[in-house]
Amino acid sequence: MQEHDMSWVRTEMALAQAAPRSQVGFGAWVRKNLFSTPFDAALSLLAILALAWSVPHILNWLFLDAVWTGADRTACLTTEQGGQLPAGWSGACWPFVSGRFGQFMFGRYPLEERWRVILTGILFIVLLAPLLIPKAPYKGLNAILFFGVFPFVAFFLLVGGFGLRYVETPLWGGLMVTLVISYVGIVVSLPLGILLAMGRRSKMPIVKLLSVIFIEAVRGVPLVTVLFMASFMLPLFVPPGMTFDKLLRALIGVALFASAYMAEVVRGGLQAIPKGQYEGADSLGLGYWQKTTFIIMPQALKLVIPGIVNTFIGMFKDTTLVLIISMFDLLGVVKQNISGDPTWATPQTAKTGYVFAAAIFWVFCFGMSRYSQYMERRLDTGHKR
Amino acid sequence: MGERLRVDLDAMFRKWAGTVSRVRKKKSGYVPNNRKGFWVMKQLALGILSAAALGVFATAASAGTLEDVKAKGFLQCGVNTGLAGFSAPNDKGDWTGLDVDFCRAVAAAVFGDGTKVKFTGLSAKDRFTALQSGEVDILSRNTTWTVNRDTALGLNFAGVTYYDGQGFMINAKKLPGVNSALQLSGAAVCVQAGTTTELNLADYFKANKMEYNPVVFEKFEEANAAYDAGRCDAYTTDQSGLYAVRLQMSAPDDHVVLPEIISKEPLGPSVRQGDDKWFDIVKWTYYALLNTEEAGVTQANVDEMKNSDNPDIKRLLGTEAETKIGTDLGLSNDWVVNIVKATGNYGEIFERNVGTGSPLKISRGINALWTKGGLQYGMPIR
Repeated sequence: MQEHDMSWVRTEMALAQAAPRSQVGFGAWVRKNLFSTPFDAALSLLAILALAWSVPHILNWLFLDAVWTGADRTACLTTEQGGQLPAGWSGACWPFVSGRFGQFMFGRYPLEERWRVILTGILFIVLLAPLLIPKAPYKGLNAILFFGVFPFVAFFLLVGGFGLRYVETPLWGGLMVTLVISYVGIVVSLPLGILLAMGRRSKMPIVKLLSVIFIEAVRGVPLVTVLFMASFMLPLFVPPGMTFDKLLRALIGVALFASAYMAEVVRGGLQAIPKGQYEGADSLGLGYWQKTTFIIMPQALKLVIPGIVNTFIGMFKDTTLVLIISMFDLLGVVKQNISGDPTWATPQTAKTGYVFAAAIFWVFCFGMSRYSQYMERRLDTGHKR
Repeated sequence: MGERLRVDLDAMFRKWAGTVSRVRKKKSGYVPNNRKGFWVMKQLALGILSAAALGVFATAASAGTLEDVKAKGFLQCGVNTGLAGFSAPNDKGDWTGLDVDFCRAVAAAVFGDGTKVKFTGLSAKDRFTALQSGEVDILSRNTTWTVNRDTALGLNFAGVTYYDGQGFMINAKKLPGVNSALQLSGAAVCVQAGTTTELNLADYFKANKMEYNPVVFEKFEEANAAYDAGRCDAYTTDQSGLYAVRLQMSAPDDHVVLPEIISKEPLGPSVRQGDDKWFDIVKWTYYALLNTEEAGVTQANVDEMKNSDNPDIKRLLGTEAETKIGTDLGLSNDWVVNIVKATGNYGEIFERNVGTGSPLKISRGINALWTKGGLQYGMPIR
């Protein structure tokens, strides 16, 4: 071993050097994330090929080759089909969507009364937006207006009364029905689900038994069955000539359904709360309702936000099932216009219609999902594992 | 964050506890003298309840259907939720189609006004329940007249507004020499699963000792796409459906509907059994549509025709002196005039919705009048 001169000691910090070229920049990111192993490289190449192959097709179909204006099916037909477009053409037929846009949104709601639906929609947005923005003031008043007053205002606006023309629900349809069912489902299922979850964990035998029976009975049958029963069996049981509103049947069915699922989601959250929280609340002398309202529920609900939103999104999409009882939600109206309408029957109509419906559903579901993630981050108190 | 949350909870708790103590005070002797809030609530609740009752229950007395219909002021008609040419909403959301126009004709006969009708879209499954439970007064939803439906289901069919039947469509470019279904031996046939269509197909090929290769699809759209892509030589469904499918093909003019019809599908309107008066009205509305076509009475010339000297037309249009045809039916004597004014005669309805005036371009075929070699035969109105 050699002797070292130990008298030299560094007095200032060594300057930080730039990271090696191979570790920074786009090239490094690509190497690290896409081509780190031969297997990764193969997968990446496959994915890139798949994208390169499909994305141009999709973009072409959706935008570049699409037809944007026209009055009827001839706008979207090729020369061999009796139209003007070159043979072999394929693209979206957007005039079908714009021509039927009113129906996709409102169903067969009378033209001259549609302002009522639009007004309801504006009220909905005006009341909902500040509720979703944490910094907006008057949360309590806002919540009362949204959950307490808005349903009644919306009911009279949509159904009629107080001088407004009565519009029966078979005329409703499209996105409007989807949103009405979802709104009612969400507003009913969350509180009812919380109550049922508490009931199921309650020490009172009758409350517990009833909650368990309700949850298990409802979860045990498919929603389709419930809707079928309500639609086909119920009219045979009640006196002839007496009919329940179909939309009401669907609303009750969907709301009860979502409640049962919600109850189990909330119960999961309740079970995740450590026993110490209950005992701590007890030791402060809080009663059952105080304990639940201020200690347990806020923590439990925060834990199960993903589950709650999952249920909401599932229910939002389940609303399409009302088609089987001849109610036309967004998808139902689109389907009806595709299958029943010779003025727009072309090879591209069905694809265009379904793409449009899918896009609308995606926007709503994605919106709910992003907001729930935002809420999770905001309410994060560092307990995340 | 945790600190803030705790503090917030604390504040909420204090607030809540305050409310509780206030309520307790109320209980112990404090009586609010302001009952106005309560009164408003009560009024509101009453209003909502009565409005809900209005919307929820549509009660009808169980007198005759005609009286019920007249009492409520409109006809409730069950139609298909969407079938090209037969019933579908148009751009404005108004129902159009052959089945739809028949209901308008009945409404015109009853009220003298073809717009006094409301439509209920019904699926294949809930159509009979809807009629039996009184949800609709008439079912005009491309329903095949069979003995089972006439007896076991308790329906009465008022006539056949469209003689349909299962047929075949082929791509004439692919199969140039084929002009009869009997030449389809060994063909691959696209068909929808679980329908009587599938059974009829099997029976037909078996009866004619031909081989075939069924290509079965769960959904209508899938079967269409597969046929269009050339996966089958032939496509089979009801003929009226074939014409609608043809519109969605990438080269509609290449496809030919073969002349053979392998099943009988007489489609017509039906009513509940046990109300003969109502049944008569629906039945004679149908005959009136046929007889006006035969007599050459159209939507355009009906007012002129009222001055006609032809006794047949005079009887038909109720212009004969002291006629009782309309009143005997429980209608007004100008009921046929009202029908034709509202919808035109049968031929006009046909051409407008499924015939040459529509994209479907279905030829009259066996739906022509008996005088022109078809099956449509209107019983005499006299």
